[in-house]
Amino acid sequence: MSKHVVATVADLPPGSRKLVTVKGRPIAVFNLGGEFFALINRCPHQGAGLCEGEVTGLVTADGPGTYRLTRPGEIVRCPWHGWEFDIRTGQSWCEPSRIKAKQYPVEVAPGTALVKGPYVAETVGVTVEQDYVVVEV
Amino acid sequence: MNAFTRGAIDCDIHPGVPGIRTLLPYMNNYWKDAFIRRGADDFDLASYPPGAPITCRPDWRPEKGKPGTDMALLCAQALDAFGTRHAICNTLYGGQVAVSETMGAAICSAINDWIAAEWLSRDARLRASIVVPAQAPHLAVEEIERLAGDRRFVQILLPAAAELLYGKSYYWPIWAAAEKHGLPVGIHAGSMFRYAPTSNGWPSHYLHDYVSQSQAFEDQLLSLVSEGVFARFPNLRIVLLESGVSWLPGFLWRSVKTWRGVRSEVPWVTRPPAEIIRDHVRLTMQPFDSPPDPAIVGQVLDQLGSEELLLFATDYPHWQFEPEEGAVPPGFPPALLRKVMVENPLATYPRLQESLA
Repeated sequence: MSKHVVATVADLPPGSRKLVTVKGRPIAVFNLGGEFFALINRCPHQGAGLCEGEVTGLVTADGPGTYRLTRPGEIVRCPWHGWEFDIRTGQSWCEPSRIKAKQYPVEVAPGTALVKGPYVAETVGVTVEQDYVVVEV
Repeated sequence: MNAFTRGAIDCDIHPGVPGIRTLLPYMNNYWKDAFIRRGADDFDLASYPPGAPITCRPDWRPEKGKPGTDMALLCAQALDAFGTRHAICNTLYGGQVAVSETMGAAICSAINDWIAAEWLSRDARLRASIVVPAQAPHLAVEEIERLAGDRRFVQILLPAAAELLYGKSYYWPIWAAAEKHGLPVGIHAGSMFRYAPTSNGWPSHYLHDYVSQSQAFEDQLLSLVSEGVFARFPNLRIVLLESGVSWLPGFLWRSVKTWRGVRSEVPWVTRPPAEIIRDHVRLTMQPFDSPPDPAIVGQVLDQLGSEELLLFATDYPHWQFEPEEGAVPPGFPPALLRKVMVENPLATYPRLQESLA
């Protein structure tokens, strides 16, 4: 595992997402209200890019005919067949224990720390003035 | 007697109603008078014309009278011949489909009292389903409440195609009453024929009508699951009668696949539909609808994903199997026979357990 700088925090404001490539792997990075999460950009069903999916909330019910919408912006739906994935965990809603999108650890690091290494910044130039999104792959 | 089936519980046999005159003693003065004045008698279901091939296996066809109407013949052919321990009478007659709610209720009540007095009381092996007028759910509930205390009634009977899909809230009082009394609801092949029995129009021939039966069952299962009936009535059990079996695996697979993508529309469906159906739904085994090949039957059973689903039945006197084949579908694994002939029926029908205790 190695840590990779994939964006500045300013580039990825809350509610946004970004597709990056790290070690040849497509990874979707999401900002949920200031918290960052990274999922493989490949639906475990048939491989569609989750980063292109619709981001929604979680719909649950207390009983037939009732609807409750919670956790707005925290669920991504696969663009091909609509399967729902929890952006925080990568778990599918339908079969969370068996069907999940691989998750990668993400952290925010200040440029002052990054310039000392051992981070890899292949595509993002690092300066001491900014904070960065770092994915461990 | 067939050694294979000795002691089995037959979950689907059909005593025949000779005609409306048979039922008049079980009706009030108004209905007796009304039927006589109108000269109305022929209330057989359009799904089973007395002369149609499916209505009676040739060697079971009586010399006179309608199939299933002669009790001695029924007991000899359907019970003695198979060594049946108990058999559940599912009476198919016009009360369940009459356009008039009140006439339908009068016929259903008369059938229930007739079957109790003239069948259940005369052979201790017989049990019956309560026939109810689904045309009027409130009257259906009244009938269930009237008879639920008689423990020889072990089920409630409905036709596969009614006036609405069974998941609609219009029918929920029936599900509530069924759950309250621990009565499974049997949904039997057949239609009220308020509209075409296929989603594309009216079929012209027996071939189409017989083969397309499973569509109605698929629709009702999807309706019950997607409208949340099993979420609201977690102890409700549904038994599909004369539904066929081998269509189910593909249907289950597609229902799960599709649910994964659109489940947020029905968030009360919190588990894959196949799991819900395996928990709540049972099917009788005639017809089974597969080639007589143990390998193929085994694959179907594997794909069903549960050994709890199937219930032994002859569907007497309907013509589903030949005498030389026997009532168990050819190729059915012997190791599962006791399960489907005894254990599953007892688990499905709590009232049968009482009679054996």
